[in-house]
Amino acid sequence: MSYTILKKAQLAPNEYDIWVKAPQIASHAKAGQFVIVMADENSERIPLTIADTDKKEAIRVIYQVVGTSTEKLAQLNEGDALSNCAGPLGKPSEIPREKQTLVIGGGVGIAAILTIIKTLKENGNHVTTILGSRDREHLILEAEIRQIADETLVYTDNGSAGEKGLVTDGMNALFEAGKQFDAAWAVGPTIMMKFCSLVAKEHDLLIWTSLNPIMIDGTGMCGGCRVKVKDTIKYACVDGPEFDGRYVDWDILMNRQKQYLKEETESEHVCKLGGTHPSQTKGGESE
Amino acid sequence: MNSAERKKQRIPTHEREAQRRKEDFFEVNLGYKESEAVNEAERCLQCTNPLCVKGCPVNIDIPVFIKKITEKDYKTSGDILKQYNYLPAICGRVCPQETQCEGACIMNKMKDFQPISIGKLERYVADWNRERTDSKNFTISKVTHKRVAIVGSGPAGLTAAAYLAERGYGVTIFEALHLPGGVLVYGIPEFRLPKAIVRREISDIEKLGVQIKTDYIVGRTITIEELREEFDAIFIGIGAGTPRMMGIPGSELIGIYSSSEFLTRINLMKSYDFPRHDTPVRVGENVIVVGGGNVAMDSARSALRMGQTTNQANHDVYHPNHVKVVYRRTESEIPARIEEYHHAVEEGIEFHWLKNPVEYIGEKGHLKAVKVQHMKLGEPDDSGRRRPVPIEGKFEVFNADTVIEAIGQTPNKLLLESFPQLKLNRWGTIEVDQNLMTSVEGIFAGGDIVTGAATVIEAMGAGKQAAKSIIKYLSDKLTSTETTEQIQTKGE
Repeated sequence: MSYTILKKAQLAPNEYDIWVKAPQIASHAKAGQFVIVMADENSERIPLTIADTDKKEAIRVIYQVVGTSTEKLAQLNEGDALSNCAGPLGKPSEIPREKQTLVIGGGVGIAAILTIIKTLKENGNHVTTILGSRDREHLILEAEIRQIADETLVYTDNGSAGEKGLVTDGMNALFEAGKQFDAAWAVGPTIMMKFCSLVAKEHDLLIWTSLNPIMIDGTGMCGGCRVKVKDTIKYACVDGPEFDGRYVDWDILMNRQKQYLKEETESEHVCKLGGTHPSQTKGGESE
Repeated sequence: MNSAERKKQRIPTHEREAQRRKEDFFEVNLGYKESEAVNEAERCLQCTNPLCVKGCPVNIDIPVFIKKITEKDYKTSGDILKQYNYLPAICGRVCPQETQCEGACIMNKMKDFQPISIGKLERYVADWNRERTDSKNFTISKVTHKRVAIVGSGPAGLTAAAYLAERGYGVTIFEALHLPGGVLVYGIPEFRLPKAIVRREISDIEKLGVQIKTDYIVGRTITIEELREEFDAIFIGIGAGTPRMMGIPGSELIGIYSSSEFLTRINLMKSYDFPRHDTPVRVGENVIVVGGGNVAMDSARSALRMGQTTNQANHDVYHPNHVKVVYRRTESEIPARIEEYHHAVEEGIEFHWLKNPVEYIGEKGHLKAVKVQHMKLGEPDDSGRRRPVPIEGKFEVFNADTVIEAIGQTPNKLLLESFPQLKLNRWGTIEVDQNLMTSVEGIFAGGDIVTGAATVIEAMGAGKQAAKSIIKYLSDKLTSTETTEQIQTKGE
């Protein structure tokens, strides 16, 4: 099997959008699932959300360069092939029908909500979207999402695109305007998902968050991705990656994500994991 | 030592010295030289009713392969091994011979005699053939048009695949990880089973026409239903793939691993070779391994080898980590191979018997210490071993920055959940009949996913048995119901 890169585009500084030939994965993938990719045989196994699929031929993944293995991935261009690509992994999103939904994406996590929004729309749901990023340069997929979602709000840290503020400001604004939702999704930096979950909790709103603990095999074999949800240990790779954010123990997750900080030299990565700001650029599933 | 005396004692193999080997991941046991192998083989009494054969899960004709060593006919000796065992270089290294062939050897019953080193002889012959022949002399018999899918490329799957391919069946193995081999690749460390040997044995099986598809997660990348449309029979040999964990307070602290994660990082992802390989593994100076099986020994010895090298006065000085194994029973109950236990002791690993962790103590999210409870042995349990009973109020605290839990495996539910038609037993493993057929016709299963965690050779035995059953199933089906027309349509 040759996982050839069919198309490659740069979306933002250090963020790339690739289509990879993988018919077997494309024909089985559902919203919310992920793949494990390796750029070469010495790479880490990197979990990345499947952002889109095309005619059962190819899958689309969007990644941010945060360390050696994603850097290797970024070195590959159209016509090159990934050494490995396995999936679809994880449980698919639970997609309702004809409901009012709110979908929040932050940083490179916006990539992960694209397929959720598409599938929600296919099932007759009304979709309000909030996109957040540090600035205009880092805001990805805005045009694509505006075309699909019924309503899209944008927040940036410096106000260079949309409103100045955080995605949680967007949530509060919607609730203050009297909007009601049956279900929500939030995918982005862990700290963002935590705060979105706190807001959702205040409003008794089910909020699916796509957790991104460190993973190796992605098939439930190693137990490294264990998270605590409702006081039970779950493996994000097979029991998730989506869990109701209101019941996730966020502090444990954030602590465990720091395990390999020393080994990951990229400064981007440090701020991704140790950061305290909800809108910092960071991926749905990342290293 | 006179010759009569020598015959009583087995000839030891060469091993790398403990002080040196604990600095790296190169193989510990160096095997026999030719003369030593011949001398050891000559000790064999060539019993007419050999007990060793009965002790072997795949019933290798042990006296005959040993006889050929005394004749220095290593080629024929290797051919005999291969009739029974497709992975002899692996089995010679990882089988628990002391409870199987060597444990059954008649010499155990003779005063002052040691059993024949059957495993080391098997290894010698397998290595001799591996180094000298291009590929194994498997012969592929009559070609059928039947196709069999094998799920999982561990010892059970590889053996079933080889047996079927040799008999002309079209075999495809589906492997979830990026490399084939299952536990041989992600579980057993390089210093005990060099991966080059695994690769070579697998490539010999591929030469039989077996196709291996990696990155294929059956249940996700392809469903069992899809496999059933494409293949005439399916064998599931996915192993016992989810770690059991202690689940005690503090389990979420940084520094606590399942043995599966720890060994997968080190073996499959080669984190001992970080940063040349990208995947790191974080091991502190004070390591505690929980458990007494082979996986615990592998974890402890790997952790030891992950020490730091510092430069002192222009000399590289290696500082191995301090590794303790805590086990809730005693030395006589450990399930580990005796050789691995001895190697661990020689390398300086400390063993603490009758102790069981009850709490992990952390500081700022990192593990700092392990609180263990003292145990005593009570009445025998189901396994026949005496049950460990906690001694009330007796605790001890060990400083530790890393814990590796090696307390067993439970079935991986990924495939089982995606195909709920498969009937499971009360342990969550797949239920099979005496022919290893599952509750679904045409789907067979064997190895750890049926028995729970066991050994490489037992999985191989199951793979072989399943392959035989599959052949019988397919030929019965052919004679009773199928017409030649159907064979043609399925055999594309």
